[in-house]
Amino acid sequence: MQIADDVPPGLTALDRPNSYIGRSVPRPNLARLAQGRAQYVSDVVLPRMAHAVFVRSPHAHARIKHVDTAAAKKAPSVIAVVTGAELAKVITPWVGVLTHLKGLKSAPQHAIAIDRACWQGEAVCAVVARTRAEAEDACELVEVEYEPLPAVTDPETALDPKTPLIQPELGDNLCFERKLDAGEVDKAFAESDAVVETTFMFGRHTGVCNEPRAVVADWNPGEQRLTVYHGTQAPHMMQNLFAKHLDLAEHQVRVLTKDVGGSFGIKVHTYADEMATVALSKLLKRPVKFVADRVESFVTDIHARDHRIKAKIGVKNDGTITAFEIDDLTGIGPYSVYPRTSGIEANQIVNLVGGPYTCMNYRALARVVFMNKNVMCQYRAVGHPIAVAVTEGLVELAAAKIGMDPVDLRRKNLFADDAYPAASAAGLKFEALSHHASTDKLVKMMDYPALRTEQQRLRGQGICRGIGFASFIEVTNPSAAFYGVGGAKISSQDGVTMKLDAQGSISCHTGVSEQGQGAEAVIAQVAATAFGVPMERVRVVMGDTDNTPYGGGTWASRAAGIGGEAAWQAGKALRQNVLTAAGSILQARPEALDIRNGIVIDADTGNERIGLDEVARVCYFRPDTLPPGFQAELMATRHYVPRAWPFAFTNGIQAAYLEVDIDTGFVTLIKHWCVEDCGTVINPQLVDEQIRGGVVQGIGAALFEHCLYDERGQLLNGNMADYLVPMAAEMPDIECGHVVSPTADSELGAKGAGEAGTAGAPASVMNAINDALRPLGAAPLTDMPFTPGKILRALGKV
Amino acid sequence: MSPQPAHDITLMVNGEAIAESVEPRTTLVDFLREALGLTGSHVGCEHGVCGACTVRLDGVIVRGCLTLAVQCDGRRVETIEGLSDSGELADLQAAFERRNALQCGFCTPGMMLTAQELLAAGGVPSRDTIRAHISGNYCRCTGYHAIVDAIESVAQARAQQG
Ligand code: FES
Ligand code: FES
Repeated sequence: MQIADDVPPGLTALDRPNSYIGRSVPRPNLARLAQGRAQYVSDVVLPRMAHAVFVRSPHAHARIKHVDTAAAKKAPSVIAVVTGAELAKVITPWVGVLTHLKGLKSAPQHAIAIDRACWQGEAVCAVVARTRAEAEDACELVEVEYEPLPAVTDPETALDPKTPLIQPELGDNLCFERKLDAGEVDKAFAESDAVVETTFMFGRHTGVCNEPRAVVADWNPGEQRLTVYHGTQAPHMMQNLFAKHLDLAEHQVRVLTKDVGGSFGIKVHTYADEMATVALSKLLKRPVKFVADRVESFVTDIHARDHRIKAKIGVKNDGTITAFEIDDLTGIGPYSVYPRTSGIEANQIVNLVGGPYTCMNYRALARVVFMNKNVMCQYRAVGHPIAVAVTEGLVELAAAKIGMDPVDLRRKNLFADDAYPAASAAGLKFEALSHHASTDKLVKMMDYPALRTEQQRLRGQGICRGIGFASFIEVTNPSAAFYGVGGAKISSQDGVTMKLDAQGSISCHTGVSEQGQGAEAVIAQVAATAFGVPMERVRVVMGDTDNTPYGGGTWASRAAGIGGEAAWQAGKALRQNVLTAAGSILQARPEALDIRNGIVIDADTGNERIGLDEVARVCYFRPDTLPPGFQAELMATRHYVPRAWPFAFTNGIQAAYLEVDIDTGFVTLIKHWCVEDCGTVINPQLVDEQIRGGVVQGIGAALFEHCLYDERGQLLNGNMADYLVPMAAEMPDIECGHVVSPTADSELGAKGAGEAGTAGAPASVMNAINDALRPLGAAPLTDMPFTPGKILRALGKV
Repeated sequence: MSPQPAHDITLMVNGEAIAESVEPRTTLVDFLREALGLTGSHVGCEHGVCGACTVRLDGVIVRGCLTLAVQCDGRRVETIEGLSDSGELADLQAAFERRNALQCGFCTPGMMLTAQELLAAGGVPSRDTIRAHISGNYCRCTGYHAIVDAIESVAQARAQQG
């Protein structure tokens, strides 16, 4: 392996000399992480800091009859033992609804359960002690008297009249329902040459961030200020929510987020135990820390997926898709998660099924029902892996049924590359996609014909290999249409403030945040390019609500597209301001000047005129020498939010090549490919690594990951030994390719890339397994994860 | 479980002589992080699966969450902080950075200590061998491909230097 060095290109499409756009520059500050000098929230220690540990319900559903805290209060080093009712005096409950998801309902959720525990793992009491170990010791002394209640654990019967209600005041166990009927579905099915109908199952799984959720809250009564060190993806959103529920003004709350040990959508939600920790700090007037342990993470980090989808596709013999139909049922937790709700995943599935294809006949029903299981919400690629698996699973089953190559069938139905702007049957608006160019590129990269030949040859030797594809679209760069219009205080706009220091370097303060994706690098690359300095002279400041422009943070593949554009605009604005000052010093027209490599030059000749350090020196220390009335402004702020399109859709296609051992049911992944189109690529290496990391999470969903609950609502495998995650030995090398269709909504033209890998991988692996087993007469596998047992059952071997 | 009386231990940590008093139940990784402030070793699972807590004990990598601090009495512990300062990992760190073989970085110290053990055996291991060797270290971010690339490149470079 040779690590290719980043080579500066000549002039780029963005037309700036010494541009960093499109270059694989290493991320600034990686050395800190590589040397063990990072600062994760779990590392934070403050003077007088105490540790919170929670007593959690062992029952999926139980009335809390009595909590006896007397013995725990007397345990060594215990500072406080606090029940739900006591904590409710400091923090108000919340309700996870959005007005644009019409009819979505939920009940108020408390930081600590008061009368009833509604899932196994819900906190029922907090113990605060000087050390975590002592807090854990004291937890064992808290006596909780429970009256077990019937647990609702089967989505299929959740809406039956005889099923108990989880939240009686809501009237039923239905959180949200959506129906869609486009075109003439019945007629289209009737006119089809073949119809394929099947049921897809998607196991509940979760994010398993390597660093568990962590928070240190520090209420300082002297300052009347709350500082929260929080491993979150959305610092400003959390600032707003802490203020709202603790009865503070936003300016009294500072959220600080430095290094975060993985997030993937897990750390963008309101967690009851984190809210409780913040409230405990307010109550106890000292810093309080909570770090979830791994078992707590499994029972309280949001879960996702868990859908049962009955699905149907119609095709003509020439391969034309005539109609799609789905009936989706998903069982969430006892509450819709705040503030993003637990209805978004089902809503996305309705939006996305059939999305790459021109077929305009589509009917969908989605129902989201409450369960006495851990809460569910948005995890990386929200809805996409399911919608893509359903769509692409149906497409390959249909291709097999009419005897057509699955790539040919796709080519017949994908939106043409010159068809844009276009809209899908579900009404999604596409600005510019490249399904055909992407497919062509993928087929070439993998040498598809040769692979088919190899597959045939090996089949003759009893080796069972399969090739599976998945075309996909991905929602990125969300506008206010995602959450803001539904009433949530989640910013879709983001900003960058850029300022010149006294030595001619710049700092960029931004509302987007970093959990390892490389947002910091992207902002620095764009800022350096737009302003005209080497990257070593750019410092990025993020994750601090006191010191960054108001913004949304990093989620839904928005940081590069939205934060990047704000950096581009701020860089241009600051360049203008600096050139105005330089013009004033040099008695030159600012339009005749430019900044290159940190030096003000004549734009025409490239001759060096004055260093940025000198401009800064004059403006900061000798403004008396500037012309009367001239005021230099060496700081600029710009914001950006997508306006022309509700989302910047990206597209792509993946392929999996694998081998199934028909004696053991084990799947060996041989190779994986992904071609995707995220518009302008700011840093190719970072895009590829987002894709690769995302693909592996998608493979985890397809083969391993499953939160297994029994009928009493007990999680059976809540630890890392029993809940399987992808490890290096089982994962394949992943080859990435790109097609570039920039969005015209921004000058930079970048769209997101954080979720494409996760969106398409499960479908391609599923299709490859079925491709491998089809000649053996196995029934198609559609129930993820595809464990060896399920494969052997499909083969009729067990 | 209630605390047991503390034990006095002395050990070398990154070349420094340490004398501390620890509860018998304190794990090595908690001791390093909490008593010594060496927060470069991480806690991901506390049950021996993720490898985020990997440190060296008498030259051999161990799980800091499955080792008790009292077991380290009289022994030699090395962590990412010490191995960074000594320069032992410099080429591996540079390769990880250039290849973006770390995203959030939480797995990285443990991953590099594990990789260094394989590399110390010499030669250029195959990609499959590298993958098998690091299979006790969980990384949720990278998908492993870049990590394998980085380790492979260091193996090749070291082999060339002889
Ligand atoms: S923390 Fe030790 S192996 Fe996970
Ligand atoms: S880089 Fe995040 S866990 Fe490996």
